[in-house]
Amino acid sequence: MDVSSASVIAAALAIGLASLGPGIGQGNASASAVEGIARQPEAEGKIRGTLLLTLAFMESLTIYGLVIALVLLFANPFVK
Amino acid sequence: MPLDIEMLNFLDSPNFVSLAALEVGQHFYWHIGSLKVHGQVFLATWFVMSVLIIASLLATRNIQQIPKGMQNLMEYAMDFIRELTRNQIGEKEYRPWVPFIGTLFLFIFVCNWSGALIPWKLIHLPEGELAAPTNDINTTVALSLLVSIAYFYAGFKKKGLSYFAKYVQPTPILLPIAVLEDFTKPLSLSFRLFGNILADELVVGVLVLLVPLFVPLPVMLLGLFTSAIQALVFATLAGAYIHEALEGHGDEHEEEHA
Repeated sequence: MDVSSASVIAAALAIGLASLGPGIGQGNASASAVEGIARQPEAEGKIRGTLLLTLAFMESLTIYGLVIALVLLFANPFVK
Repeated sequence: MPLDIEMLNFLDSPNFVSLAALEVGQHFYWHIGSLKVHGQVFLATWFVMSVLIIASLLATRNIQQIPKGMQNLMEYAMDFIRELTRNQIGEKEYRPWVPFIGTLFLFIFVCNWSGALIPWKLIHLPEGELAAPTNDINTTVALSLLVSIAYFYAGFKKKGLSYFAKYVQPTPILLPIAVLEDFTKPLSLSFRLFGNILADELVVGVLVLLVPLFVPLPVMLLGLFTSAIQALVFATLAGAYIHEALEGHGDEHEEEHA
């Protein structure tokens, strides 16, 4: 397998694997947020704000994987 | 850190109607002395800066007791930023940091939204394309290094050299991790912003490439939403880092109860 095809597979794996953990984490966070809202509906606004912020943090982990994938696809240091 | 990038081949192929070309890593270079700078980022940044400056001038030109129009909008933004900063840095010391955090937030916010809302593609450059300035890693790295400088400045100004005590505070064993943290903070800040904005534009670009009409709209709306959230996240994290530098390990609790 040459470097470029390995890079394409690596890019796919990078984004795929990087989305696993944050997916689970976001699910957990959202579940807890829904629970919190059901328990205390008047705190909905505050919970939603915090939830969005934490979701963005988890999202950024996937984005790191995406950045690696983009580097592998567009700016691969090992090709040429 | 210029990303000199070659396009994926399939995006180049003539089979696709070139309604939307994705030009990752093709830049409109300006040569200034021995430096090569990305001209398209400069143009977009100047645009964003002029929007912000004109908006501020309009809002403050004719200040009234009962705000309306532009002044109302800017007062709302001001309130929002002040709340954000106060929540992060705390009642006692947030005041001098409102301008810094506010500038970061407004600049990133307008940058991100300008990429999505302004039809940059109508303006043709010889090379590269105009887009949100934050989808260039140089912009985001500069912004996050500013945050680094800001929190070091905050810590030094308040505590002098004893600021370094926080590196060995609970136990010196954690020193390498504490030092490493100073590098990962700007790294994660810049990559988060860069990756999110670039991802937004890539997803929209690919969808427009596949289905030019209507289908990309929901994704564009999602892009607007995440762009706004990313600006908020950047400002929040900047505030949190400054707060961390301002507070020692010892007095954390008394601050919170004060």
